[in-house]
Amino acid sequence: MAHHRLSPRQYLILGVVAVSAPLGDSCLSRGMAAMPPISLEHPGSLIAAVFTPWIALGIALLIGFFASYLTALSWADLTFVLPATAFGYVIIALLARFWLQEAISLERWAGILLITLGVGFVAQGPSLTEHPAHEETEAKEVETR
Amino acid sequence: MTTSLPASQIPAAIHPWFAAAMIAAVVLTSTTGEVLTAAAMKSIGDLDAIRARSGLKGAIRAVVTCPLFYAGVFFLALAFFSLLFALNHLNLSLAGPATASLTLVTNAIAAKFFLKENVDRRRWASAVLVCVGVYLLAH
Repeated sequence: MAHHRLSPRQYLILGVVAVSAPLGDSCLSRGMAAMPPISLEHPGSLIAAVFTPWIALGIALLIGFFASYLTALSWADLTFVLPATAFGYVIIALLARFWLQEAISLERWAGILLITLGVGFVAQGPSLTEHPAHEETEAKEVETR
Repeated sequence: MTTSLPASQIPAAIHPWFAAAMIAAVVLTSTTGEVLTAAAMKSIGDLDAIRARSGLKGAIRAVVTCPLFYAGVFFLALAFFSLLFALNHLNLSLAGPATASLTLVTNAIAAKFFLKENVDRRRWASAVLVCVGVYLLAH
């Protein structure tokens, strides 16, 4: 009873959501790490950070992420879209390891693996809840079972 | 590997409660933002269909004329700046997955109660796996 099979185009949009978010976050991390520590007493420095190149690039990527994320949310459940995008954690880990040279322990790798497994579970299910917007739609659905 | 950073740029040891508070702030604001945004997009309807009907402009208009969307964006912006702040103090491979994965669990709960989504066994199982994953990541 796999209702709401996604079209290839919709999978593509989910792919963009998954890839652009970690890429954008990585750019932000690279930009922020290059800055002196920011304290709550000087929130202005947080605004200034927005205009440095890596952070600007990160924001551009995250705007692309947001557009595709909104599109995905218009035809799929939040609890489907979010885990489906969690595949990005694998990408973020690889980026952090090989681009930012952050060390990743075996435990963290295991955590990333479990998150990915959880994503696999959700991805196998239906993408949209049959919403009983009208009571009769729900009744009809029960009948057909 | 050698580093030539001045002492002020080497992150000092972060107090665990401070790290937890930064992550909690991101999780709470982004869950609120995501649930509001999801509710907004569901109220608008299939964006691809709207775009096929009235073009990209029509799709953008449909989104930016939805008041609920702005409520969502407000909280997502709040979440974004708390994440920027957290990334300045924590490693990306900790702050990124920890906030995003915890958000996944809080979102499953919020989506069930506020969006009335059918969070079935499969989706709860996924939430538990993600929870353990986060524990391992943060440990």
